Amino acid sequence: MVEAVVQNLVFGILLGALYGLAAVGIAMVFGVTKLLNVAHGELLMFGGYASFWLFKLLDLDPFLSLPLTIIFLLLIGAVLYQLLFVRMVKMPEEEKIKNTMLVGFGLTLILSNTALLLWTADDRSITTSYSGAAFTILGIRFPYVRVAGLVISLICLFALQQFLRRTYTGKAIRATVEDWEAASAVGIDVHKVYLLSFLIGTALAGVAGAMVSVSFTIEPAMGMHWTLKSLIVMVLGGVGNFMGTFVGGILLGATESATAFFISGNYRQVVGLVLFLLILIFRPQGLFGAKGGKQ
Amino acid sequence: MKILRPISIVLIIIILAYLPQVIEKDSTINLLILVFLYISLASSWNILGGYTGQTSLGHAAFFGLGALAARMLWIQGFPILPSILAGGLLAVAFALLIGAPAFRLKGVYFVIGTLALAQILSVTVSNLFPTITSIPVEDLVAYQLAPRYYLFLGLACFIVGAAYLLANSRLGLGMMAVREEEDAAESLGISALRHKLLALGFSAFFTGLAGGAFAYYHVSYYYQMPFTPIWSLDMLTMVYIGGQGTILGPIVGAVFFVGLKEFLVRNLGEYHLIVFGVLFILVVLFLPGGIISVWNKIQNALARRSISNAVKLSPEEER
Repeated sequence: MVEAVVQNLVFGILLGALYGLAAVGIAMVFGVTKLLNVAHGELLMFGGYASFWLFKLLDLDPFLSLPLTIIFLLLIGAVLYQLLFVRMVKMPEEEKIKNTMLVGFGLTLILSNTALLLWTADDRSITTSYSGAAFTILGIRFPYVRVAGLVISLICLFALQQFLRRTYTGKAIRATVEDWEAASAVGIDVHKVYLLSFLIGTALAGVAGAMVSVSFTIEPAMGMHWTLKSLIVMVLGGVGNFMGTFVGGILLGATESATAFFISGNYRQVVGLVLFLLILIFRPQGLFGAKGGKQ
Repeated sequence: MKILRPISIVLIIIILAYLPQVIEKDSTINLLILVFLYISLASSWNILGGYTGQTSLGHAAFFGLGALAARMLWIQGFPILPSILAGGLLAVAFALLIGAPAFRLKGVYFVIGTLALAQILSVTVSNLFPTITSIPVEDLVAYQLAPRYYLFLGLACFIVGAAYLLANSRLGLGMMAVREEEDAAESLGISALRHKLLALGFSAFFTGLAGGAFAYYHVSYYYQMPFTPIWSLDMLTMVYIGGQGTILGPIVGAVFFVGLKEFLVRNLGEYHLIVFGVLFILVVLFLPGGIISVWNKIQNALARRSISNAVKLSPEEER
């Protein structure tokens, strides 16, 4: 019994790491540019397909092909930003959120239906020679690919934090978040900062998508599900604290699998959402957001 | 001039009411029913989203609850109109239950929060009622399109009319004040929460009625189907495309939305959603006030022209 509970929790945490990674991407974009990209899940889906086809057609290992997947997503991100989102970054905040949501819905339609036409509605997943393999500690199974997903998520998170903390560009991004007018006055190219943040978010979506395609399945309509999870986790952890966001993802994953185990698999989504609403209402700054932080 | 408007409205309604006598194709009637349904939904959403400025992605919950209650009562043998009313009331009850906590959320958090609320209900309903609901055979034999057409036409007129009265009432002005500047409205003695709750109540009630009508119209569907978030997205989309916070905006938006989709489905087949997405983005980017703003701009331009003409003609200006 105990073993089954722990096993369940482990799977929940491993899935939660991917929620976290996806959410850090959407939070990066929202935190810096205040663009709420509701097509984030679709970008994740494209990352999954990029990884899948690189494996299927060129026989590239999904972990080795990650740089290619990232490059592909950066290209998509750059096109979307320059074509659409750049028009909205200068709007006042309310209008910006409204417009990005609307454009995002349009994009959702375009991207998911393009994927449907190109690759059919079939569920796909990458099956490598080591896909089923796992190591066991105290009777608990740890599938390699899912653990790799957690490790890669942590690497991304660590790299992102070091980048924001230590590099000149990272500091410029943080300065822009604090006060874009002041940042602009001291010579920071705010538009470049916005573009870069958007691209980082897109790249993270790509990595998350690749990890989903190795550990789980991908299909053209998956985007909405992942966008919703990312939004929830972003709010759960608190905007502006990526470690908090990531932990929020793991918490959501763990809660979902605990619900599936103790109550019913049918309600795994519901309990996560209820938890989310309660936190939203009683702790709007998120679990790990600064107290009194601006909403 | 002032008398022209009510006359033209009455004329349009009379023509619409006469249409089923002339049109023989069921598909056209069905399309019109869809237009009326979407006008009803968009106008209901607009009360909260447009006039009061609270962007909700949770309206699928009200629509779904209305459909659920009405369908169950009607299939049990209740007459349809009280069943639809019950659907509207159930939606209001739910709205008032969630209203106060939901309005603690602002801006984007309100949007995501309402989406989550609707999603909770949607999943729960799909767990409790996982089956398809179909109209019983004896009713199906008697199924006729014309009464449904009139029901939807009446509903759309009722909701648009109610929205118009509301927007021009003291309450409506309060709602707009809350939308424009909550703190300023509060300082004038307008309770923001009260106005938001009332807007939510009306909005949910009308959306629930539309759900009830939907339950009367649709032959068979999954109970969960009217709860899916796409309904909320469609409502928001139509209102923004048409022009939020106006009476005409949701109507124009709904006609545009249904018409364009239908046109694209017929002509482009499987590409239609992609093209729809592209056109949608273009409207959002290039017509920020919605389609209705184009009309206003033209009117303003004409007015300016006639003023400048008048100025040119005036003798004072000549000197």
